[in-house]
Amino acid sequence: MKNRRLLWFIIILTLVSLYVSLPGVIPVKFSFRNFSIDQEIKRPALNWKAGSFSLKRDLEIKKGIDLAGGAHLVFQADMAEVKKEDQKAAIEASRDNIEKRVNLFGVTEPVIQTSRAGDDYRLIVELAGVEDINTAVDLIGQTAQLDFRELEEEATAAATIFDFKQTGLTGKDLTKAEVKFDPNTGQPTVGLIFSSEGGTKFSEITGRNISKQVAIFLDEFPVTAPTVQERITTGEAIISGEFTIEEAKQLVIQLNAGALPVPITLIEQRNIGATLGADSVQKSVNAGLIGLLMVIVFMISYYGKLGVLASLALIVYGLVTLTIYKLIPITLTLPGVAGFILSVGMAVDANILIFERMKEEIRDGKPRAMAVELGFGRAWDSIRDANVATLITCFILFNPFNWSFLNSSGMVRGFALTLGLGVILSLFTGIAVTRTLLRTFTKAEVKR
Amino acid sequence: MIRWMKFKYLYFLISALVIIPGIFSLIRFGLKPSIDFTGGTLAEYKFEEQVEKEKIAEVLEKNEYHLSSIQSSGDNTYLLRLPPIENGQDLKIIEVLESELSQAPIELRFETVGPTLGKELLIKTIVAIILAAGFIVGYVTWRFKNAKFGVCAILAMFHDTLVLIGIFSLLGHFLNVEIDTLFVTAVLTVLSFSVHDTIVVYDRIRESQKNYPKTDFESLANKAITETLSRSLNNSLTIIFMLIALFLLGGVTIKWFVLALLIGTVSGTYSSTFNAVPLLVVWQKLKERK
Repeated sequence: MKNRRLLWFIIILTLVSLYVSLPGVIPVKFSFRNFSIDQEIKRPALNWKAGSFSLKRDLEIKKGIDLAGGAHLVFQADMAEVKKEDQKAAIEASRDNIEKRVNLFGVTEPVIQTSRAGDDYRLIVELAGVEDINTAVDLIGQTAQLDFRELEEEATAAATIFDFKQTGLTGKDLTKAEVKFDPNTGQPTVGLIFSSEGGTKFSEITGRNISKQVAIFLDEFPVTAPTVQERITTGEAIISGEFTIEEAKQLVIQLNAGALPVPITLIEQRNIGATLGADSVQKSVNAGLIGLLMVIVFMISYYGKLGVLASLALIVYGLVTLTIYKLIPITLTLPGVAGFILSVGMAVDANILIFERMKEEIRDGKPRAMAVELGFGRAWDSIRDANVATLITCFILFNPFNWSFLNSSGMVRGFALTLGLGVILSLFTGIAVTRTLLRTFTKAEVKR
Repeated sequence: MIRWMKFKYLYFLISALVIIPGIFSLIRFGLKPSIDFTGGTLAEYKFEEQVEKEKIAEVLEKNEYHLSSIQSSGDNTYLLRLPPIENGQDLKIIEVLESELSQAPIELRFETVGPTLGKELLIKTIVAIILAAGFIVGYVTWRFKNAKFGVCAILAMFHDTLVLIGIFSLLGHFLNVEIDTLFVTAVLTVLSFSVHDTIVVYDRIRESQKNYPKTDFESLANKAITETLSRSLNNSLTIIFMLIALFLLGGVTIKWFVLALLIGTVSGTYSSTFNAVPLLVVWQKLKERK
């Protein structure tokens, strides 16, 4: 009974995976005499919501820059002007700021990460499908400009951002911004600390703008425009509002981008032309399909019926893996594709180990059904031990904790991720799927 | 039963025949590190019409771009190597080429790496290899509760690493194949492959040791090899099928990476059966002689 339930589970899993794995749009063209169909089948995007949990996926494979074309840029941050304890805040601020600029540039899903190597802070920016990379590099390389502005005298209540004029108080005068909590209400607020010179300037500005708005601009865009309650002479100010903690943090990061400006210089650049990327995708798909076909032909010619089952399990493996890539979603790079293709070759390993064991048991005169169970039981130790070694290597290559003494290059990680996932999934398909299929078919044979 | 162990020194000889030229090449020529390690620039341009590579070199040299090498990588497609270049210089190179050759090249890829990053990668690579090897030895020793198995598995692992690095040293010397980040990835993957296969054979020896405590070690080793050889070959064949397909049909950028994996798989399969097991037998013999 348990076996039948598992069988249904596998069948449903396979169908769902097949549905997800196929391309999103499939053109259907069919004509027979005067009856003809010319349509496209479209798969809707995934959009689940359950309470606060929501899952939104367009179910397309995300392509890394080496497949989609684009640029991989590494910037070194110059921390000479920033105090040690503020460096982390500064790099985060700089990251967020760059993200905003890149979004303005119209890049879809840019990847911007910070990394640390010894005392060096770096920013890794990946821009997919950008044509004009040099403009992008210039744009990213600019240092954030923060300044405080007040309303023009003739401005009315309906003032827009264009009615603000510069006051001469800039990011240089702001030492730091941080999240604070109102001691009375516990509400999150944003605290500003000015340098002594900045404090004096701020005191003058607040003095002449009581009950009026003072706006803070970052890169010519307004970040916030609080209304001045009273003249502030202490050199420290609090912006209160109905902030959530998240909003307050966000504002602090933006302010710090201007207060703790970090000049960045490009130290690594890799551009991949879109044609080279598209060419690589096509070639990898072909290579994968031909390799898969060779493995299937080999398995069937060597193991006969067992080989057919292993091939079925292998196809289930391929479909489930692709589905997981789309669900997580995993950004596929060329080495990642290689990792996947390699894992297909390795996925049958568990099956081969089991089949060889079964053959031995049958040679020893055990009945077939028993040989199946014994084969699985005996082979498990080897299968587990052998795969642990690969998983250890994948772990080191993937470097999940971002240890600064290990590599964190996207290409290497892509490979480690797909190979590691492949090993884990292949244990599932190689054992659960093959065993279920095998039990089902052995039973059918016995009944006959 | 086939007496595999009778020829154990032949197996070592075959390994030596592959490894010694590699080691010689390593000492004599070393490896060819890519810009990932040394810092520098790699650019690939495709031209619409035919251009002589000497002409490109001349044009760039005239404009103060000091080429360290230029090679053809396809129809009117050239791979250029230069020292690290600053922001936005790739556009200028295109401009220079366009104005002097009266045709605009298409930039297929452009990579530039600063020299500090290169040094850092070298250190990271060494750390990663030591870590991976250390963990794997630890695991094997723990699983088999016997340092003999652990040490022999590692020796087989070193065998595969030497084969791989040696062959790439030769490839570097004769075909200008470079060692990059992906090669390091391949080396680490090969380490785990090598152990993967060795563990399966060792598992069999351990199991037989329990079942037939009176049989001598050499016969047990012969038995284990007979039992696992078809599995080992079949499994490697499926991996090799995938890799060959990828090597012949896959993208240019991962060609040498795939070849490294291919060499490692073949070497790993050989060393698990024909190095790791004979080593155990030799070890056992030496112990018994004492």
